[in-house]
Amino acid sequence: MRFLFKTDYEDDIRLFPHSGYVYSYGLLLAVLLIAPYVLSSYLMSQLVFVCIYATVGVGLMILTGFTGQASLGHAAFLAIGAYTAAYLQQFNVPFPVYFLAAGLLTGVVGALVGFPALRLQGIYLVIATISFAFIVEEIMARWESVTNGNEGMRVKAMQLLGTTVSRDGPTFYYLCLAVLVLTIVGTLNLLRSPTGRAFVAIRDSETAARSMGINVALYKVKSFAISAGITGFAGVLFAHKLSFISPEMFTLQLSIEFIIVILIGGTFSLHGAVLGAIFLVMIDPFLTYLKDDMPGVIAGAAATLGAGTERAGHIQDAVAAFASANGLKGAIYGVIIVVFVLFEPLGLYGRWLKIKLFFQLFPLYKRATFKRQKIYVKSERNR
Amino acid sequence: MLDFVQQLVSGIALGCVYGLIALGFVLVYKATEVVNFAQGDLMMLGGFFAFTFIGMLGLNYWVGFAGAVICMALFGMLAERVVVRPILGYPQFSIIMATIGLGYFLRSVAGMIWGTDDFKIETPFSQGVLRIGSLVLAYDKLSVIAATIILCALLYLFFNRTTLGTAMRASSENMLAAYYMGIPVKRVVSIVWAISAAVATCAGVLLAPITFIHSNVGLVLGLKAFPAAVLGGFGSIPGAVVGGVLIGVIESMAGFYLPQGWKDVAPYIVLLAVLLLKPEGLFGLHVRKKV
Repeated sequence: MRFLFKTDYEDDIRLFPHSGYVYSYGLLLAVLLIAPYVLSSYLMSQLVFVCIYATVGVGLMILTGFTGQASLGHAAFLAIGAYTAAYLQQFNVPFPVYFLAAGLLTGVVGALVGFPALRLQGIYLVIATISFAFIVEEIMARWESVTNGNEGMRVKAMQLLGTTVSRDGPTFYYLCLAVLVLTIVGTLNLLRSPTGRAFVAIRDSETAARSMGINVALYKVKSFAISAGITGFAGVLFAHKLSFISPEMFTLQLSIEFIIVILIGGTFSLHGAVLGAIFLVMIDPFLTYLKDDMPGVIAGAAATLGAGTERAGHIQDAVAAFASANGLKGAIYGVIIVVFVLFEPLGLYGRWLKIKLFFQLFPLYKRATFKRQKIYVKSERNR
Repeated sequence: MLDFVQQLVSGIALGCVYGLIALGFVLVYKATEVVNFAQGDLMMLGGFFAFTFIGMLGLNYWVGFAGAVICMALFGMLAERVVVRPILGYPQFSIIMATIGLGYFLRSVAGMIWGTDDFKIETPFSQGVLRIGSLVLAYDKLSVIAATIILCALLYLFFNRTTLGTAMRASSENMLAAYYMGIPVKRVVSIVWAISAAVATCAGVLLAPITFIHSNVGLVLGLKAFPAAVLGGFGSIPGAVVGGVLIGVIESMAGFYLPQGWKDVAPYIVLLAVLLLKPEGLFGLHVRKKV
């Protein structure tokens, strides 16, 4: 086990606490850079979605994970980013310009949402962000001169430095990866700045933060704006990846998916946003795989366990029928959310930390280290 | 003028539907400070149970109604035991996510069992209208209004006048103190989930002739009932019904007088406006925060 001796504040806020970080993240980056030459085009496409979802996850993490303001309206910010890109593209605006414009506009909208949200807490904030998302969705569907209404908009392939960037090519993947890495590095820097520490203080106790002299209103609006801006950037990439956008893509369902990303990943660290995005995007191919292969595997297992061939055939049919029942995906989603909330509240990254600690402390690991204390309900009305 | 009154009445009827679902939200919130996002789906499930008893098994309407209510009350207890009790007291956000997960699960399972078609329950109020002058009121809508008023009054009395109601309020105020006072908090929470599932079932069965039952009805109506509860001030029983009626009337007026597209967003715009002016809703308590 490595002990880090911190002698001054600079040591405490270093991006890479020790050289191991440089090697492991460098290795990860190298693997990600050669990925397009190794993986199939389908997996590459999923990997692009992982990058986009992770970018949104990082944005949402700033707001929900670090400032403690729940939002179920991030699909609306994604929509604003995507539509800005699609609209400006019609006037032959170059990519870097509309990319920045989309982020800026979404950030401004985020700040505007932040102002009314200042007075709202908990459940009232959730419903206010849901309402905002509904209103944006309806505007997208009705403002036909700009958004083309329910018919949706086509998004042309990206023009960058005089070349056309195909949405399936490796260049687009590198672009998404670069946006994700820059977002993460930027966010890490933000979090070790006074602004980031103010966010965390507000999350932990608003009253205490205020009494320490933090301008709570200002920082909440900042948090909303930054979070929305990052989501807007992701929206541009999202629009390019799908090459077609319409209002029904940006529903409450999508907002819930973003929350699932950070919840499953772990809401206390940026690692969580990436792990959650990988989980959420990869669950689809995994379920397809289960649907195709599981019946055969189970029937084979039944046959080895002594069931007759005919019996095994019945089992295979039954499992196949169950696996192709529509709505199974929704049920699995539901079970996954509930299981994570109940049994793994720290998310995938929390599980990783536990495994790491287990090996670091090898014979001395105690399960109780991460055990949740019993908490009793106390009214939030008086809190 | 007649148009206006007709719209008003149909808005109130629609609003009572939202109010009925919102009552379930408020009940659970009042007793445990938990926001149950699966409330609409409990309603949907209640409707399906009633459909199974009345439409498929051919039971008498009232017998089927009672059967569905009892089954759902038990189901509410089960859901509380499995999903909510282990995390009671943890940050509200985790519980919201857990109930969203429960909602996903219930919707899909209902879709798998009963299919994705629309179902209709034959009720004694399905046919016939009441005419007052030139005003036409359908019995099925009147039945919803009447049921809402009765349930609201009963629940209000229950919470404010009975021992069990007081125990529920106490356990939401401070669970540990309630334990010390000898209140069996776990049982109280179980009971309140049973009641709220039963109320949801009433809503589902009464709604069946108006909106039909399908596996997504809970999500659609739940998302309207939720603003209703917030508008009334989460935690106030009459507030839920008033909020529901307001949302219903706004929706129905916006659908009639404003251009197309306003109908769906008008309730949310009003909600945002109200939250801006009164962040704790219309009937919510404003309490100064302690450190």
